[in-house]
Amino acid sequence: MSVLVYVEHHNGAFKKAAYEAVTYGRKTADALGIPCVALVLGAADGAGELGAYGATRVLQVQDPAFSAFDSQVYASVIAQAAESVGAKVVILSHSADGKALLGRLAVRLDAGSVSGATAVPTTEGGFRVRKNVFSGKAIAEYELTTDKKVISVMGNSIPPEKLGAPINVEALSVTVPTPKIRMVAIKRIEGNIPLPEAEIVVSAGRGLKGPEHWNIVEDLGDVLGATLACSRPVADSDWRPHHEHVGQTGLVIRPNLYIAIGISGAIQHLAGVNNSKVIVVINKDPEAPFFKAADYGVVGDLFEVVPRLTEAVKKFKAS
Amino acid sequence: MKLLVCISKTPDTTAKISFSADNKEFNSAGVQYILNPYDEWYSLVRALELVEKQSGTVTVIHVGPAENETLIRKALAIGAHDAVRIDAQPSSALFVAKQIAEFAKGQGYDAIFCGKETIDYNGSEVGPMIAELLDLPFLSFANHLEYDGAKATVSRDIGDGTEVVEVEMPFVLSAAKDLAEQRIPNMMGIMKAKQKPLQVVAPVPFEDKVEIVAYELPPAKSSVKLVDPENMDELVRLLHEEAKAI
Ligand SMILES: Cc1cc2nc3c(=O)[nH]c(=O)nc-3n(C[C@H](O)[C@H](O)[C@H](O)COP(=O)(O)OP(=O)(O)OC[C@H]3O[C@@H](n4cnc5c(N)ncnc54)[C@H](O)[C@@H]3O)c2cc1C
Ligand SMILES: Nc1ncnc2c1ncn2[C@@H]1O[C@H](COP(=O)(O)O)[C@@H](O)[C@H]1O
Repeated sequence: MSVLVYVEHHNGAFKKAAYEAVTYGRKTADALGIPCVALVLGAADGAGELGAYGATRVLQVQDPAFSAFDSQVYASVIAQAAESVGAKVVILSHSADGKALLGRLAVRLDAGSVSGATAVPTTEGGFRVRKNVFSGKAIAEYELTTDKKVISVMGNSIPPEKLGAPINVEALSVTVPTPKIRMVAIKRIEGNIPLPEAEIVVSAGRGLKGPEHWNIVEDLGDVLGATLACSRPVADSDWRPHHEHVGQTGLVIRPNLYIAIGISGAIQHLAGVNNSKVIVVINKDPEAPFFKAADYGVVGDLFEVVPRLTEAVKKFKAS
Repeated sequence: MKLLVCISKTPDTTAKISFSADNKEFNSAGVQYILNPYDEWYSLVRALELVEKQSGTVTVIHVGPAENETLIRKALAIGAHDAVRIDAQPSSALFVAKQIAEFAKGQGYDAIFCGKETIDYNGSEVGPMIAELLDLPFLSFANHLEYDGAKATVSRDIGDGTEVVEVEMPFVLSAAKDLAEQRIPNMMGIMKAKQKPLQVVAPVPFEDKVEIVAYELPPAKSSVKLVDPENMDELVRLLHEEAKAI
């Protein structure tokens, strides 16, 4: 018996979400008193490093089919690995790929599933997992009664921890089905930390008045090492790229620090960000609904306040 | 082209969320329900556009009780040709997927469209489950879809970018923002919808594998601490010393 963690990587590079999933898997495995096995598909040199985050074994399957993502192929391979290690629980990241795999694996393994778990399962008196529901307006606790379980882990919920040491990678051989989906192109946003993984997010809304004023937002983002986000109307008017749009219809994020500049705080916007650990709101309207969801608020004109904040951060970083 | 579009019901985004005294049930009293935006705005509309270009039919399917038929009629008013309602309370993602897959099996649908997620339980599970049950490819979070008569070219959100893939029909897809432009039903559509066929189907037996045992509201934020707009050094100090966020 074991807990199997499917660990994602991009061209061999593991990201924070990968280590989070392994740590989550290890904690689940410890609660059940069974080993935590990590599974890596395709070439990734640093796979042994997953041992440091809690994997007690690392399995790797190599096949040209893994160069493009086809959930049918991946689910088949993960299910075979689960079978071979007697997995009771399969852990995935709650990423685009993880979400596509979760439902498939639930069907394949005849397992109960929870998508987007925000806490390690509790196992006393039933196997229970918590997740956010109603766009972060509530938390639900699920009980899984099946022999096998599949869980995807929400980003930024479980900090990666060093729970072990790097270990050797074992090759696993399985049957890899022929993909039905052909990859034509892939475009990754380069440079910055992607929004779902960012610790600090600086976000701006219609209060900026137009795309020509974004330099003040970028300056603050730069000094903080933050990733930029925006409200929906800003993306809809093409002031900013669509991938920056957060909220109910955009990305749901939970960074450590979310700074909202000139955003009113409509419920649909809050749905994407209200699980941020610390929220700072800068708005000239003291009645803006966002202040109700904020930890720190600055009532003032953003065109004065933001450059002042950028200077203050610079001073702080230099000290 | 024969398309099946899965539509779900969800509380309006502005709905106040509350639970029964024992925190076991969602309190639906006074809650306004809507069609799930991903289903109504993007998935359904793109499916309609495809058949408008290529000819064919769009059937909407919903798992839910009779009271949800007003929402099904809305989908018909937007342009779907006919509708199916599986007469059951949707108790879990797998339950819903099982019902839809059972209905779709052997019916020769060229594609089954879902939304990216329902905005209440935010699962993103039903689509891939249907795909697995029917052994079909699944394209998650499609933000663009073209069909040239032989193959579909789909662009999908992958969190930190976009991926473009090709696939032959049949397949299952989940719709993200930008797949289409929202359509508002007009008077003519609403009139026509009343006459369109709505078939009611009995559910297949299924035992749920998960259960929600308790709900909780997130801890209330303590009230906002206001900082003097002239004194951003103070905000930086608070973020560093108190919030430990920088
Ligand atoms: C179903 C549905 C889904 C939606 N999904 C999303 C979503 O995913 N994400 C999202 O963001 N929105 C979403 N919306 C839209 C949402 O309801 C709001 O309309 C939107 O978030 C408002 O954007 P905003 O705050 O940038 O603009 P506004 O509401 O116009 O707010 C601008 C703010 O800037 C302030 N301001 C103006 N000038 C200054 C200044 N000089 N200094 C300081 N402050 C200033 C104003 O006081 C105001 O509070 C959705 C809506 C619906 C119906
Ligand atoms: N009760 C339902 N009836 C029909 N389709 C549904 C139902 N619930 C969910 N779906 C479909 O599955 C998608 C994803 O739902 P979910 O897995 O709940 O996030 C939705 O956008 C719908 O397209």
